[in-house]
Amino acid sequence: MSATAEIHDHDDHDVHHHKETFVTKYIFSQDHKMIAKQYLITGTIMGVIGVLMSLMFRMQIAWPEKPNVLFEALLGKWAPEGVMDADIYLALVTIHGTIMVFFVLTAGLSGTFSNLLIPLQIGARDMASGFLNMISYWLFFLSSVIMVISLFVEAGPAAAGWTIYPPLSALPMAQGGSGMGMTLWLVSMAIFIASSLLGSLNYIVTVINLRTKGMSMTRLPLTIWAFFVTAIIGVISFPVLLSAALLLIMDRSFGTSFFLSDIFIQGEVLHYQGGSPVLFEHLFWFLGHPEVYIVLLPALGITSEIIATNSRKPIFGYRAMVASILAIAFLSTIVWGHHMFISGMNPFLGSVFTFTTLLIAIPSAVKAFNYITTLWKGNLQLNPAMLFSIGLVSTFITGGLTGIILGDSALDINVHDTYFVVAHFHLVMGISALYGMFAGIYHWFPRMFGRMLNKNLGYLHFWVTAICAYGVFFPMHFIGMAGLPRRYYTNSNFPLFDDTADANVVITMFALIGGVFQLVFLYNFFRSIFYGKKAEQNPWRSNTLEWTAPVKHMHGNWPGKIPHVYRWSYDYSKPGHDEDFVPQNVPMKEGEEELHH
Amino acid sequence: MTTLLIFIIVLFVAIAIWQMVKIFDLAQIGGSSNQVASDKDNTFNGYMMIGFLIFIYAITIASFVYLGDLPLVSNSASAHGPGLDNLMIISMILIFIVQTITQFLLHYFAFKYKGEKGRKALFYADNNTLEAIWTIIPVIVLAGLIIYGLFTWNDIMNIDEDEDPMVIELYAQQFNWKARYSGADNVLGKANVRLIDIDRANILGVAEDDINAQDDVIVTELHLVVDKPVLFKMRSQDVLHSAYMPHFRAQMNCVPGMVTQFGFTPTVTTAEMRQNPDIQDKVANINELRLENREEIEERGQDLRYEFDYLLLCNKICGKSHFNMQMKIIVETQEEYDAWMATQKTFPNSLLN
Repeated sequence: MSATAEIHDHDDHDVHHHKETFVTKYIFSQDHKMIAKQYLITGTIMGVIGVLMSLMFRMQIAWPEKPNVLFEALLGKWAPEGVMDADIYLALVTIHGTIMVFFVLTAGLSGTFSNLLIPLQIGARDMASGFLNMISYWLFFLSSVIMVISLFVEAGPAAAGWTIYPPLSALPMAQGGSGMGMTLWLVSMAIFIASSLLGSLNYIVTVINLRTKGMSMTRLPLTIWAFFVTAIIGVISFPVLLSAALLLIMDRSFGTSFFLSDIFIQGEVLHYQGGSPVLFEHLFWFLGHPEVYIVLLPALGITSEIIATNSRKPIFGYRAMVASILAIAFLSTIVWGHHMFISGMNPFLGSVFTFTTLLIAIPSAVKAFNYITTLWKGNLQLNPAMLFSIGLVSTFITGGLTGIILGDSALDINVHDTYFVVAHFHLVMGISALYGMFAGIYHWFPRMFGRMLNKNLGYLHFWVTAICAYGVFFPMHFIGMAGLPRRYYTNSNFPLFDDTADANVVITMFALIGGVFQLVFLYNFFRSIFYGKKAEQNPWRSNTLEWTAPVKHMHGNWPGKIPHVYRWSYDYSKPGHDEDFVPQNVPMKEGEEELHH
Repeated sequence: MTTLLIFIIVLFVAIAIWQMVKIFDLAQIGGSSNQVASDKDNTFNGYMMIGFLIFIYAITIASFVYLGDLPLVSNSASAHGPGLDNLMIISMILIFIVQTITQFLLHYFAFKYKGEKGRKALFYADNNTLEAIWTIIPVIVLAGLIIYGLFTWNDIMNIDEDEDPMVIELYAQQFNWKARYSGADNVLGKANVRLIDIDRANILGVAEDDINAQDDVIVTELHLVVDKPVLFKMRSQDVLHSAYMPHFRAQMNCVPGMVTQFGFTPTVTTAEMRQNPDIQDKVANINELRLENREEIEERGQDLRYEFDYLLLCNKICGKSHFNMQMKIIVETQEEYDAWMATQKTFPNSLLN
């Protein structure tokens, strides 16, 4: 440790030569760039599992209780004669949500890009603690493995919905999945939270302490602002979920009554007395809502960077963008109750949460308008990363607008827990964050692997995905407003909803096409790692510091001195310069002004 | 069989895509291998942006044409329903205006300013007036929505005890609903799951010696009197459930260990609702669809013909048979209700000895 510490401390240290074995380079690496790749690959594998699950339950919704060889092959005893079992349907829904929200869009997204970009964009040799960073990844890996193992336990994986509300999640007699499956879910999540906290603390410390000379907070790229604020929200809210998980473990295994009271199930009265499921809901959503922004803010940060670079224009309203990130972060911690309008809590609290929730629309609107204004009179380089960023703004608007309805307690009464909610949050956080992740991969792939992704495959990937995403989630609003509840194994017991059946088939078709076309991306990704075209040093002609460092694997990021910073990262097409970009490490010309202050 | 075919087709499509992609990829290695967008790419994708804008509008219009009848924004059956529907429609109109304009600007700009070699973008980093405009406009609009929303919410959630609402308990268990009427005294007898005695058929755990429980009536079908306010007191015996009555724009969770409540006034009887032209259209359409799927429906042993009824559904994941937890609601005149109630056993009479 001391040797590395020394290296990192010295600004002007030359290339260093400690020996790397296969294990220290690829497995127990402490290098942030390698850890980023580890997060990305693990997140991608989890993503494939999560998407596959969604395709399975979408097929069940479209063609309920029909035999399906895919079910027979993948679900085994849970699909006797190929007909999906009702318990495993709920388990698929639950694990899909858990994997996508936490393992793909939290760890996969933040883990990859915070790790890759924070040291490189602020001009640091590595994270503040490479060792903690390594531990963070391996805890994430461990929690992923436990989550996957939980799919194979006798009574089935956790099936109480990704929100695991007790008593359903607390009582094995209420549901098969609430036995060993739920125990593993809770253990996995507890480890996941530890991983996330170690990562977040590292990000915060690194951004505060290790910025290179000249990199003031007002010169930080918006990516870093987003990662920084995301890490802060994570540190504030994730421990609350950990405490909820621990209390739930106590209730489940040690007979306490934090969340349980007065329960009669399967012919017997249980001893629990005095607890409240509503308390769990409060604790869960105190993380659960900020979690939406933990997922979304990094994607918005990535988008800010990519839209500015590819528009060849400064991001419009840098200070407003930072202010709106901070405003969203603050508000995100005081709106959790909008998930609980009809949970039985005092209606007056509902009024308060309606007020705070609808306020979030203001900074969100500022961000959307600023993105659009950044495009105005730009010289748009429509690279795949740019397309995904524009796609993100589009789904962010479409999905965000329906938040005005769901955040309104009165309107929530009739659309709560219907497909309207599913459509809303998939567009605004699921698809948007996924687009942010794709955009980031297309944009920084050359930085990660020294090679380019094939752009034509990127275009194919984007356009099919974009069409399918709207095809899936737009009609879903309508069947939600018809009152169709989510998490129903089949709607065939409600003739009332027969007229939504055709729409559900169309939705599933779009989902299948969109899902299958992700193969284009996987092919492009894995092939380009080895056979992609060799990348130039700065293929997108970007201003940020990561493009000044050599791609060649090395500890410490820059051979020789760390570059100093003289300007913000958005001097694109600045008058008085020949090129349409001015990297941050280029000193100011005589008489040149920093215009954004 | 169909799903097998679909699966095989999907599999073949996947393989075909993989192969096509491979050919596609290999074919261009000889040619221009620059993987940064060229002017040609910018032009192509610029036009695609316009195409995509049209797609967004098209899917919006198609959804309205084919699914526009689905949303529950009219024909509510409760006193507070029209107010809530109004708020919903106002919010929706607002959303569609903003959606149409912003999506246009986003995609149109992406088309209009698609990159060309040699052109320089406008260096335009900030404008406080613009920022102020699109901060203040949402503030004003949202202030209106918040105020309107909160009035509606308070109106629904504040139960006016002076109206003397009929008190009914909704009781949830995996996976069915029961209702307990409070009888002539309009007071529910005390109850707790610890008093449940299956052998005596005291399935709701009602205190047998409570004087208020003597006239309580437990039923499995909910009957309400038109234009008479009702106050539901909700309990659950095992896990969370949610009592969702979409036609009445009413929903509240049932939480083990506590009593939750929701009150409304039904305004349209089941018989009247069945005569409503919109509902008749909907029912006719559903029956047509059911006729097409005759075999499946008969295989499941369901009635082929659908007739409109109000429903109470469970809308909080509660376990394996969550998808089939429902209770019929009938709204009727006072006379009809009295006649029905007269045929029901009171709680003490329903007990076994």
